[in-house]
Amino acid sequence: MKKFLAFWNILKKDMKNYYLKPPNISWGIIFPISWTLMFFMRSTSDIDIRGILPGVMALSILFGTTSMLAVTITFERKSRSFERLLLAPISLNLLMLAKTTGAILFGIVNAFIPVIFASFLTDLSGVNWFLVLFGIILIALTSTFLGLFIAVSVSEVFEAQTFSNFFRFPMMFLCGLFIPIENLPAFIRPVSYVLPLTYGADILKLSINSDGSIHFLISIGVLVAYSLVLFFISTNNIKKKWIY
Amino acid sequence: MKIIEVENLRKDFGDFKAIKNINFSVNKGEIFGFLGPNGAGKTTTINMLTGLAKPTSGSINISGRDGIKDIKKVQGIIGIVPDESNLYDEMSGFDNLVFCASLYGIDKETRERKANELLKLFSLDDTGNRPFKAFSKGMKRKLTIAAGIIHDPEILFLDEPTTGIDVESARQIRNMIQVLNSKGTTIFLTTHYIEDAERLCDRIGFIVSGNVIKVSYIDDLLKDVQLENIVEFNFDKRTNIEKELKEKFPNIKIKTMSDKSIRIFSENQIKLMPFMNFFDGKDLNVNEAKIIRPSLEEVFVKVTGLEIDKLKKEKEGKKK
Repeated sequence: MKKFLAFWNILKKDMKNYYLKPPNISWGIIFPISWTLMFFMRSTSDIDIRGILPGVMALSILFGTTSMLAVTITFERKSRSFERLLLAPISLNLLMLAKTTGAILFGIVNAFIPVIFASFLTDLSGVNWFLVLFGIILIALTSTFLGLFIAVSVSEVFEAQTFSNFFRFPMMFLCGLFIPIENLPAFIRPVSYVLPLTYGADILKLSINSDGSIHFLISIGVLVAYSLVLFFISTNNIKKKWIY
Repeated sequence: MKIIEVENLRKDFGDFKAIKNINFSVNKGEIFGFLGPNGAGKTTTINMLTGLAKPTSGSINISGRDGIKDIKKVQGIIGIVPDESNLYDEMSGFDNLVFCASLYGIDKETRERKANELLKLFSLDDTGNRPFKAFSKGMKRKLTIAAGIIHDPEILFLDEPTTGIDVESARQIRNMIQVLNSKGTTIFLTTHYIEDAERLCDRIGFIVSGNVIKVSYIDDLLKDVQLENIVEFNFDKRTNIEKELKEKFPNIKIKTMSDKSIRIFSENQIKLMPFMNFFDGKDLNVNEAKIIRPSLEEVFVKVTGLEIDKLKKEKEGKKK
């Protein structure tokens, strides 16, 4: 019970101090709109909103989670307030779960903003919402732990942003979000299958448009494995670098 | 009864041996001062005792628990006030305290009551919703100490609690340390203000270059340096009698302190009358003659070989 109290209060503090601040809320709304508009303007014919929805959702989660977590942890680490958490009588795993749950929730909420817009513009009948939710949660988990991995690997806030982009921008183009992986040059395709967002986006494509190319159980397995490995590496790095 | 026991504690950073097999203990209910120059290993030792650093070898026992294997249990009974005030900038004093209490699993009603009590105790109850970043240095320090004691720890680690803050806040903090100690909290204190250590601590441990070279009660430390008797004479006018004085009293050492004052050092007890008569004969009026007792500062200089002014300048510079 005491541990849960600490977990809940760390989560609540982060939500209040970081995620529910007006600039971050507006980021969550503006970002998906910008992506939708970009594709709308780029398209010479009527835009296939339902077709681009999985990609916009995946990007919203990826950018929302990695941006926030990498910056907040680096910032707290720099101001030494993170030490206060490391010195609390709670395990490192629980502490990091508390720190990442805010970003996971932020990512999940971000994913539904394009869905809300899309619902006014297109017919969303036939969508497997259970699988959509499952896919969103898995993408949010993987992206958040990627953000955690980045946060633990750098010491300055600007480094966190730069390092995040090193992962994010290749994912935008290589994970089949808007350009099918089959249309990519053959030598790039293996890279696509190394990136976790490929599997997350495929679950969304399958659940929204029934056109996934990877069996959803494989995608789930890969995303769970990625999440566990990233979390394990990050907590180990904290033990090595921050509890030196 | 020992509440902290450190045995053969060592910490290496690669080839650099930061802490070299140190041994010391802290008694339950005492104020233990941990003194040493910059880079001596004070913070590394505190980090190992509190769980922010892993020892290379050795053992730590805190209140009967293994301070390395059971560090999470130990962290529940210790409070830590780091050398920098590290609370959350955007949160108010009250919210900061309530949050810190929640990390120790204290229920909502209790933590809110305790936060209000501590704000009042530290004269911070008028800060309202003002964020921590808008606090003065002294206020920040007091709130950081309040955050360190909100869960009623058995042991409180205080790293430089009065450095860089105003006189009044420093006085309040010193009083608070004494009040906490009188209620049974064991205090582990590092400071470069030797006067603070002398005024507050029961025992002192000196660490130099990763070695704890002396641990003793203040009185015993002072006795160690009191190998000489010292008397200072202040005159009513300028004088230069060092040479004549040395001729008259060949067994003493003399040090000119200023144009109008000298110090006399002797291994034997100094009788004042012969000196008074000598000065009278030289037509010098003695305004004041005082016995100089050795201070912890002299102990520090003797033990560490470091001038106190240099230490203060280093520390103040680091804080800025």
